[in-house]
Parts: sequence; C-alpha cells; structure tokens
Amino acid sequence: MDDTDKTHAARSLPFLTVDNRDFWTGGANNRLLIFRCNSCAYYVHPPTTFCPRCESRDVGAQPVSGFGTIFSFTMNYKKWFPGLDVPYIIAFVVLEEQDDVRLVSNIVDCNPDDVRIGQRVKVRFEQASDIWVPLFAPVSDLS
Amino acid sequence: MKYPEKNVAITGIGQSRVSRDAGVSPLSLTLDAALEAIADAGLERSDIDGMSCWPGDYQDASGMAPVGIPALQDALRLKLGWYSNCRETAGQFGAIFNAIAAISANLCRHVLIFRTMYQATARKTSFANASFQPGGRAFWPYDWFAPYHAYAAASQQALYFSRYVHESGIKPEQVAQIALICRQNASLNPAAIYRTPITLDDYFDAPIISSPLRLFDCDVPIDGSTAIILSRVDCARDTRNPLTRIEAIGSSMQYRNSWTQLDDPATQALPGVAEMMWGRTDLSPADVDVAELYDGFSFHTINSLEALGFCPKFEAGAFIDGGSRIALDGELPINTNGGALSAGRMHAYGQVHEACVQLWGRGDRRQVAGDPRVAALSTAGGPLAGCFLLVRDD
Ligand SMILES: [Zn+2]
Repeated sequence: MDDTDKTHAARSLPFLTVDNRDFWTGGANNRLLIFRCNSCAYYVHPPTTFCPRCESRDVGAQPVSGFGTIFSFTMNYKKWFPGLDVPYIIAFVVLEEQDDVRLVSNIVDCNPDDVRIGQRVKVRFEQASDIWVPLFAPVSDLS
Repeated sequence: MKYPEKNVAITGIGQSRVSRDAGVSPLSLTLDAALEAIADAGLERSDIDGMSCWPGDYQDASGMAPVGIPALQDALRLKLGWYSNCRETAGQFGAIFNAIAAISANLCRHVLIFRTMYQATARKTSFANASFQPGGRAFWPYDWFAPYHAYAAASQQALYFSRYVHESGIKPEQVAQIALICRQNASLNPAAIYRTPITLDDYFDAPIISSPLRLFDCDVPIDGSTAIILSRVDCARDTRNPLTRIEAIGSSMQYRNSWTQLDDPATQALPGVAEMMWGRTDLSPADVDVAELYDGFSFHTINSLEALGFCPKFEAGAFIDGGSRIALDGELPINTNGGALSAGRMHAYGQVHEACVQLWGRGDRRQVAGDPRVAALSTAGGPLAGCFLLVRDD
C-alpha cells in the first residue's frame, strides 16, 4: 500500500468485459497489459479487436514496460463524498511505448506538490475486488 | 440552397423561472418554457409539428435530464410529423442540428426544442454532483475515470484545462476575467442566479475545486427550463419576431470520440466544428456582434474564443486580459446574461435564449449597443462540441 493515496473512499470500478479484462487484471501478475496489433505492432487502446492502422483483426493483450509520462494532472481538493480524503492527484499518463495511449490514473507515492507535467512515472497496482487498478509513481530519470 | 440551415430560423424563445429551488416539477418548468416560446413566436400549440431535445429523459434522480419528449408532447397533446431526442451528437446543439435536417427533409415546419434541468433540487437529496459513487461499478463513459476518484465533469475538465494552461501559459488572473465579466453581466439580468459582482480577490479567495479549476470557473446547477422554436424560413415570415436565421452550423466530429483519447485535450473538439461553420458562410469572426460561448467551465469559453477565431490559438489570455474586450461595451461582448457561470446551468440553451434576446433588442440594461445582428454560439466539453451563427435578416 502506498502512503499518499489516502482517499479512504472505495474506488468505483468498471465492469469487466471480454475486451478490458486483461487491462484491469494484469496487475495480478504485476503486468500492465495493453492491446497490440500482431501484424504492425500498433498499440490499440481502449482495447479493441481491430487495428485502425493496418486493419488487422489480430489484436490482443501484450505486456508493456509500465513506464510513462505525465501528460496532464489535476490536484483534486473538492470533497465529493464524506470520507474522501483530499487533496489527491488525478493524471493523464501516456505510455512510453506509444504516446497516443493515454491512461487516467492517480499519481501516488510522492509529495503531490512535486508532481509536474512531463514527469516520468512507472506503474504499480492496487487490488480492489476483482480488479488490479494501475497507479503511477514518479521515477528518477536515471531509473 | 447549398446549406439547409440558412433556410431555418429561430422564431420564439421561452424560459421558466430559474432557481436553486423550483418548488414545482421539472415538467411544470418545461411547460412554462414551451408555452412561452410558442406564444413568443406568435404560434398556437397546433402549429408545432416537430419536437427535438438533447439528451432525452435520463430516467434517474440526478436532475440532469428529467423531462423527455414523450412527457412534454403528451402534456401539450401535440400532433407531430417528426420527433427525436439525441445524446450521441455534437453536444447540446445536436438537437438543433437534427431539427434543421428534419425541417429540410419536409418532415415538419415548426419544431419545439427544450432543455430542462433539475439539478439544484436533485443534489439536495443525492450525490447528484457526482457522476458515479464510491464502491460501485461505473458505465461508459466513466469507466476509465471511475477507479481514480474522478467523480465529476470538473475532474475530467481539470485534466484538459491543466494541459491548456501548460501549453498556453495563460495566467490565473486572465482566466478569472471570464467569471468576473459573466458576473458583471448577471448583475444587469434580474433572472440570473448570482447577481452580486465579484472581484479578483473574491475569485482567488474561493476554493480550488480541482486545480486549475476554481469555484468561480464552474457553472451553477439550477432548476429551470429553456425552450426555442425552430421554423422553416417561409413559415417563419408569418411569425412575430424579426426573421433570425441560422447562418451556419458546425456539427462535425473529426477527432477520436473519447473522453480519454480525444486528440488534443487542450483545445478539445472545438477547432473542427468551428472550421466547418466558417466554411459554410461568407461571414468572418469580425462580423460577430455578440458571442454566447459555452461556459460549463470558464475554460470552455476560452477554448471557444480561440477555436472560433476571435483570437489566435493559445492567445486568449492576452485577449481577455483586464476583461475590457469581452465586456458588454467591448469589441466582443460574451455571455451577456451572465452565462452558465452566473445565470445558471441551462446547458447551452440559456445562451441560445440570450442570443435571441440580444438580436431582438430585449436586453434592457444588458442590451449590447449598436443593434447587434450576428451572434456566435458554441458548446464544448471533451469530445462534445458544436457551434452555429445566428443572423437577424431585416
Ligand atoms: Zn496493425
């Protein structure tokens, strides 16, 4: 468990589907799984069984490095519910492998005041029910 | 005629009392607006042969969309040649664009369009300001946001706005001008929710909702309803108000249609619809007399100023600096009734109503000088975007 993600409100979760199950459960094996075209190697996200680049239908989950960059972030101060501890950081993270794969996430395990656009981050997972939620934490440029 | 929207006019407008506690039902508010709009056009109930709305009855307790076409049609006992709600469309104006198509296809002549919200009352009894609840399961389009405590439109829009601030370098005191000008305009509008002017200090003293969004950058949930009548131009000539045509529309979607993967969160989906709109008219941004630009968040208005060409991309900060250009007596008066930020969240239809108020010279103390004839209108928010030009012909 990390120290900074102290929202204490249970995460709301997506419904698992045939297409999104790999993404939301890969964390059980500590892997971030993203759909990728087996013909042209393009990452297709949200997970879909069609490659918009080469029109292949041979698209399936593959592990990625888990590294990414903060494309944008917001520090949430509003207490939307009783029991929600604020502030916390919501971010768009783009994958290192392909910058048009954009994930929503929380930035954790850091001082929220130090979070910056362009910062390099790495995935970690938090289990919630049947889902392993991908979260990201800053890494030094040397790691 | 090459572009069918030029053959369609707004002929009547109506609005219920807008409040934080209606005390009457959403359908009652909708009837107030609809009956006023029909009468304002000089029409009878029996003249209305089409109905259109965005987004249709949500059938939940959120107050987001508590009235759909069936309830209103039945209450008014209308006989229709065409009707349709729409949700997956170019934002709230999709209801207008659909009606233009239906009128052009000769399915109807006078279309009643309405937007009713009951969020002020709803949020007293539920977490209506949140799109989903902790611990539950979320549906599209919230599924990718849900696990991250991104509970509201503000959470999503803050992510977009943050990228805009990063790329444009706009200063917070420049952003503030949208809220300050809207409140100044609202102080001259007896129907506005918040009418006491605010200062830059007030803006900065108010809480940050989700950085960089501050309280006064967010619109005000209300109870209320707005209705308009869209008519075929040849039928509109017999109606009561000056002939006011839809000159051009922007309804396209040229980007990834996704709240997470939208091509450019800093500009949202507006550049594409604006390009389409200006491609369907001989008018240019310099011809616009008054701009009613969506302000669910002040960021949307900033996006619209740039995308619609009133200033270059990422230069809205300088354009609105000090507020004088966008004030009622400025070169481009915006959101003249106070917008959604101060007059209340009517989801773009407050702006349509106000554009007609201005073009028809009914603005009273907030009337823009110089007999305005051309209004520009926009909606925005993630992948949702639409815009149109309204021109008084006389
Ligand atoms: Zn491919």
